[in-house]
Amino acid sequence: MKTWTIFKRELSSYFTQPTAYAVIIIFGLLSTVLAFAFGHFWQRDDASLGAFWQFLPLLLMILVPAVSMKQWSDENSSNTIELLGTMPLKMNSAVMGKFLAAALVWLVTLSLTFPMVWAVNHLGEPDNWIIASGYIGTFLVCLTFIAITTFVSAFTRDEVVALIVSVAVCCLLSLVGFPEFINLARQADATEAADIMTKIGIYDHFFQATTGKINVTSLLYFCGLITVCLVGTNLVLKSKRS
Amino acid sequence: MIEVTDLTKTFGPKVAVDNLSFSVKKGEVLGFLGPNGAGKSTTMRMVTGFLPVTSGKIKICDIPMNWRPNAAKKKIGYLPESAPLYNDMTVQGFLKFCASLRGLGGPKRRHAVDEAIETCFLENVARQSIGTLSKGYRHRTCLAQALLHDPEVLVLDEPTDGLDPNQKLEVRKLIKNLGKDKAILFSTHILEEVTASCSRAVIVDQGKIVADGTPAELEAQGGGSLYDLFHKVTTFETPADKSEEPAA
Ligand SMILES: Nc1ncnc2c1ncn2[C@@H]1O[C@H](COP(=O)(O)OP(=O)(O)O)[C@@H](O)[C@H]1O
Ligand SMILES: [Mg+2]
Repeated sequence: MKTWTIFKRELSSYFTQPTAYAVIIIFGLLSTVLAFAFGHFWQRDDASLGAFWQFLPLLLMILVPAVSMKQWSDENSSNTIELLGTMPLKMNSAVMGKFLAAALVWLVTLSLTFPMVWAVNHLGEPDNWIIASGYIGTFLVCLTFIAITTFVSAFTRDEVVALIVSVAVCCLLSLVGFPEFINLARQADATEAADIMTKIGIYDHFFQATTGKINVTSLLYFCGLITVCLVGTNLVLKSKRS
Repeated sequence: MIEVTDLTKTFGPKVAVDNLSFSVKKGEVLGFLGPNGAGKSTTMRMVTGFLPVTSGKIKICDIPMNWRPNAAKKKIGYLPESAPLYNDMTVQGFLKFCASLRGLGGPKRRHAVDEAIETCFLENVARQSIGTLSKGYRHRTCLAQALLHDPEVLVLDEPTDGLDPNQKLEVRKLIKNLGKDKAILFSTHILEEVTASCSRAVIVDQGKIVADGTPAELEAQGGGSLYDLFHKVTTFETPADKSEEPAA
């Protein structure tokens, strides 16, 4: 109930300010440009969204924190946290409400990339289950990055700090599993390190999803990260007051 | 209605509130008087359940704050010091949001919002975005938020801060009126307000109560002037490291 109230407020704040529209347009543009310019969408000659997925984590690791950097840092700096903290309301309802509102913004943003799906279906006969799996994977990456930003923004009253730190964390999480880095580790004979990097990095889990191979491990990975971040947010908000 | 016993709050080595005890009954308006940095806001943040206490007990309408915080918070309307608001909302939207968080819905909520708007003279700006309001209106919007659920206990942190003289007068009258059937705790460093709207006042200095009584009694203690008493019992020199704003 209270979660719903917070959710509605957050959502309307995303849509009464230019935030949501900006991210929808910018994400749409950049993801398309990346797919065509660097992903070689035309030259690939296969009916799939492989080119589209390839660079998405890199785009999301910047855009997701940018959309949510204010989530708690604003409450901290304008002191509205004091209003929320004295209402008959559990802090985790507020954390959840804000998280879900950001999640919906990204759900809308992702679903507005449907022309891509339409295009590959027009050009060939892609496996739409794989495409769906890719979208689910992308959405899970979004949720994870939102949760990280939520957590980071609870620490500070400065939204720029929140942005920089969350981008850094998301960046690390994306890059650590990138094939180039894994190969470097393998060349250095650090096979174990390479395996660990593959597991903790977001790239492999995401890549599995985009090829239609979403598995339980990946689901647990994403859900685990999200839960840790949201529970952490709750703890930080409580402990900051003492 | 408000019962505070042996309340203490420390921030690291700093003692902000030192073994404070007081109570406010129904129909009473308790003025919380003291210089800047005396610990007024910190006390109020604990009374309203925002800050956890270091030690001591707080009971709101016989409900212990540490045991049943949400039940206790339901009884309280709170105006925080800086009148925090969401700048992207309209006055009406904000009040609706707060009413929903207070558990009001449907026609009850509409009624509560309309009434709060009327009580705080916000009709002219009800549909205006909060970010564009002047300071007096911002303060009254936050005050309206505290009145929505017709709480039995009101905690107001410097309710007349930043208002013009006319508005100050209105708010003092409002507090006096509301005080007839509520328990009100409000803080101020303006001495006239004590005589204007309090039924009782305490003077706080460095986290301790240094004087307590009805406005008339306090004046008598100060030899006929509240100013003299205030001068006598409070520390005049505030060390430079005492910042008004709590650290991030
Ligand atoms: N979060 C905090 N961390 C450290 N010190 C604080 C914090 N909040 C308040 N203080 C200190 O506690 C003292 C009392 O502050 P406050 O309650 O705001 O005073 P008042 O409201 O009476 O002006 C001040 O010296 C202030 O610096
Ligand atoms: Mg204060």
